[in-house]
Amino acid sequence: MEISIESRNVSRTFKTGRNSETGGILKALDDVSIGIRRGELFGLLGPNGAGKTTLIKIFCTLLLPTKGSAYVSGHDVVKEADSVRRIISMISGGETPGYGLLTVAENLWFFSQLYGIRGDIAKSRVKELLGAVSLSDQEKTRMNRLSSGMRQRLNVARGFMNDPEVLFLDEPTLGLDVISAKQIRGYVRNWVNTHPEKTVLLTTHYMAEADELCDRVGIIHEGRIVACDSPSNLKAMIRNRKVFQFQVAGAGDHAKLNAVKGVVGLSWTHRIESDVSTLKVVLSDDAAVSEVESSLKASGSRILSTETPEPTLEDVFIHLVGKGLE
Amino acid sequence: MNRITLSGDLERNLRTIMARTYVRIVGAFREPSWLIWDTVLPIINLSAYVYVYKVMNAPPEFTGFVILGGAMIAFWLNVLWDMAAQFYWEKETGNLEPFLIAPISRMAMLMGMAIGGVFNTTIRASGILLAGVFIFHVTFHISDPVAALLAFGLTITSLYSLGMVFASLFLMYGREVWHMSHLFQEPIYFLSGFYFPVKFLPFWLQVLASAIPVTFGLDAIRKILILGAGLQDVSVNIVALAFFSLVLFLMARWALRYMEDMGRREGRLTLRWQ
Repeated sequence: MEISIESRNVSRTFKTGRNSETGGILKALDDVSIGIRRGELFGLLGPNGAGKTTLIKIFCTLLLPTKGSAYVSGHDVVKEADSVRRIISMISGGETPGYGLLTVAENLWFFSQLYGIRGDIAKSRVKELLGAVSLSDQEKTRMNRLSSGMRQRLNVARGFMNDPEVLFLDEPTLGLDVISAKQIRGYVRNWVNTHPEKTVLLTTHYMAEADELCDRVGIIHEGRIVACDSPSNLKAMIRNRKVFQFQVAGAGDHAKLNAVKGVVGLSWTHRIESDVSTLKVVLSDDAAVSEVESSLKASGSRILSTETPEPTLEDVFIHLVGKGLE
Repeated sequence: MNRITLSGDLERNLRTIMARTYVRIVGAFREPSWLIWDTVLPIINLSAYVYVYKVMNAPPEFTGFVILGGAMIAFWLNVLWDMAAQFYWEKETGNLEPFLIAPISRMAMLMGMAIGGVFNTTIRASGILLAGVFIFHVTFHISDPVAALLAFGLTITSLYSLGMVFASLFLMYGREVWHMSHLFQEPIYFLSGFYFPVKFLPFWLQVLASAIPVTFGLDAIRKILILGAGLQDVSVNIVALAFFSLVLFLMARWALRYMEDMGRREGRLTLRWQ
């Protein structure tokens, strides 16, 4: 199978100033090697600051790698940036590029011109894409009169205007409402299914999004790829592990659970208004659960419920990294 | 695989120029209030100079010099604050990333901005000239329209090429370069002789002023439109302006590439709030 997006031992560092805790150098990517096949929808999953956007910016020719090399459709992103730019597009979630005084349709037409698209083709593509992101009725509305969610959907449409061979989606559903996010995910999946020659690299920290959309997922943590496989294979990695979910009342020191024998990884969320925490604990075996329960009680928490849910990508992340994405 | 062709590149860049020009012109006319403020306020400022010359019993052509200087200031301000800072604003609004990953020349984007800027500023400058004619009874000679158009066209080309050089600095350093714009504004008002002929400056200041393209442009335009000079009379100015246009255009091309490469290397290309 032909490789469409590839990085070979890519590292990227940034200068952060002399007084910083990192000694003035931040290592955003550390020896990252991935190969994404043509026609694949590949997800890069990791928390904020893991290096996802840095890697995308390198592939999109916005940033040079400090070490290593990267290729898009065989073109070196450093030496053949112009060739890469002809075949790619990028959509960054939360961004709303365009001009407020132009209408929705005019903005899309504007971006189509950067790719030399003829007027009649641009016009029909604008109509098609506005339909895809449910903005047909806003075609003649000025961009500065759209809601932020609408502007984000317009940004998604913009990313498809040049019908790219390789599409980079950087947290594309960030900040979108549930329905809009689902609609965007559906459009992306359908686009890849109906265009088997297209390749998509999606970064996200939404586990469900990666699980639902991606053919394969790479898990990135502190600039390193710690696992890479299909969502089902990744989840199979922890089939011998036990995942327990506890609802507990009282804000004990949950981090202490990491010291309990048999605990492989742990994450939790706490709801201040109800003083209830939801803990996910990945255990090496069932026997450790009683130790965990004892530790919770000892720290002053009251166990409200215990469940053993089906493993998710989040559990895989906890298993690999030792903590959750949040 | 996409084939790279010259005609494809050319068409894409021409379409980019057209699209960016469209944004500038259409955008301006959807918020037309600037027409009033950008025309009326400069006239008040220029009036002060006109009355100073009247009080001093200066020759009547000085009123024309001031009005023409005021019209050309509009272009200088457009270059300094809109054209130069273009990439800074695009960065802040999230437009720069889509521009930079598009297969277009950065010059094409800036040329679209320049054409739109020249169009809008010409309206403003025309307002100032009309005020000069109707309020201060300035008489303009258009005995050699070719010379006038050549001098104006080359002045604008060199000015906006200088704007592209500045734009490359904004691309790399963002807001830090605001200071440079402030630094350039007043000294160039003074040295280019926007409000008075440069020949009244000491010789060493005239030499310094000759490094600024607008000095030659304004001098030529004044000679043609106020003193009735022809192409031969301003040939030195025309040659100097052509030289400035070429050098600054090439410098802008080099500077944009250099700054973009440096930005990619240092990770500052799309860094905001800097």
